Amino acid sequence: MEYTNLAYVLAAVLFILGIKKLSSPKTARTGNAISSIGMLIAIIATMVTFEVLDFKLIAIGMVIGSIIGATFAIRIEMTQMPQMVAIFNGFGGGASALVAAAEFFTIYGTSEQTMFLTGTIIISVFVGTLTLTGSFIAFGKLQGFISGQPIVFTGQQILNAFLALTVLGLGTFVTISGMPEMNMFYGVIIIAAVLGITLTLPIGGADMPVVISLLNSYSGIAAASTGFVLMNNALIISGALVGASGLILTNIMCKGMNRSLANVIFGAVGLQNDSSGGDVKEISYKSSTTDEVAMIMDAADKVIIVPGYGLAVAQAQYAVREVAEQLEAMGKKVLYAIHPVAGRMPGHMNVLLAEANVPYEQLKDLDEINPEFEDCDVAIVLGANDVVNPAARHDTSSPIYGMPILDVDKSRTVIINKRTMNPGFAGIQNELFGFDNSIMVFGDAKEMLTDLYKDLKEL
Amino acid sequence: MDMINILTVFILAIFIGFEIITKVPPTLHTPLMSGSNAISGIAIVGAIIATKIGSEVGTWLGLIAVIFATINCVGGFMVTDRMLKMFKRK
Repeated sequence: MEYTNLAYVLAAVLFILGIKKLSSPKTARTGNAISSIGMLIAIIATMVTFEVLDFKLIAIGMVIGSIIGATFAIRIEMTQMPQMVAIFNGFGGGASALVAAAEFFTIYGTSEQTMFLTGTIIISVFVGTLTLTGSFIAFGKLQGFISGQPIVFTGQQILNAFLALTVLGLGTFVTISGMPEMNMFYGVIIIAAVLGITLTLPIGGADMPVVISLLNSYSGIAAASTGFVLMNNALIISGALVGASGLILTNIMCKGMNRSLANVIFGAVGLQNDSSGGDVKEISYKSSTTDEVAMIMDAADKVIIVPGYGLAVAQAQYAVREVAEQLEAMGKKVLYAIHPVAGRMPGHMNVLLAEANVPYEQLKDLDEINPEFEDCDVAIVLGANDVVNPAARHDTSSPIYGMPILDVDKSRTVIINKRTMNPGFAGIQNELFGFDNSIMVFGDAKEMLTDLYKDLKEL
Repeated sequence: MDMINILTVFILAIFIGFEIITKVPPTLHTPLMSGSNAISGIAIVGAIIATKIGSEVGTWLGLIAVIFATINCVGGFMVTDRMLKMFKRK
């Protein structure tokens, strides 16, 4: 037992070192390898000390899990990374819930069943199950199995409040009563599963970065509370690390939208009829073609590229890199502006562009890039909308008022590529499109960039 | 191990978590998520213990947990590695 705990301490140290090495892209890959070695040590130590009952059974489980996990990891497209992380969160939460439930069945009715133990089991099962179903709904939305629009029905908030109170009551009763009906325990599981679904359904696609971060945090909390159930340091430390990580990312994402967590979870922003407030003005805009854009760019010294979710949908990451390299070959300075909530998860755009071999030094975050727009000749916005809407700065009635935005409108010329004039997720028109220095180029981002590349070459 | 010890470990771990994770640059936020997610697959330790703790139901639930947690660990570490090897300098 002593040696196992030593091994767990070692594993925890390796996890911490591994995450620490994520502070720079240069050392990050080594860091990930260090974490995985930590995991291996924890697993081996557990297998050895607990003289596992049926080694074969566990081996079979691990082989099945490895095949499924590896298949996902190898085959997933970089654009699908958000749904991949979502579903893995779900499995993590589910595993913690199952472990806690197994412990409950074992101690039920024995002298080992203390109030503390039952209480932590209830928390693990609740958080883990909620993470499992919530993550599957998030996966479904991102993958397009379920509508990405918020799904709401009347009385939803009341239903959620009712479910939350019921589960709180049931959980407390099961914990205090000592010998509860087994059905009450099942009740907690079922309500947790339903809550995971009803809390995730009303959340719109653009709010997904917050939800995925939050579910990430939950999967950590579930692991930590399972650690309390088993009195196991490895689970407690790792769970705490993951929980903290998810909370920090959730906070960054909320700040990126200037919204509170409560507003994201209960606000259902993105309903077309809810937020536009009836005053949809027709915007008169100029539209143009790629050959004119190529000529404008030819005269520029500095070009800033602003990628959004539209870039991911169009799989245009390689096309944008080709254009950027062509511009650099023509002697122009090229930078990328990355908004914290661009895409569907934290860092989504960075991974996509890294896949297309864009050097990470060229990717600038909000604070770094905004001063750069002042002397920027051309800003090109690709499938982003709300993150460049100047209304966030001055229009107090706008649902995105106060959200930090990329100041693209300060550039001499702004090229905006969109498929159509349809408004973004918040259902509001973007006044930027009507500005004197704005030019719209309609079409699929990938096709538009491929054409632009050809036009630039032909200059 | 008693309650206070284990609570101390938990609270200190949260503080360490906050310290090291705030230093991760935004460009690595996706690998941070998938990597930390793989770490939450530590539930596999609990799952292995659960297969052993007695009741038959416990064994089966533990086995399913082993599968879930392995998907989480193996998939998480592999996909993180796949992403991180793409991050290149000029």
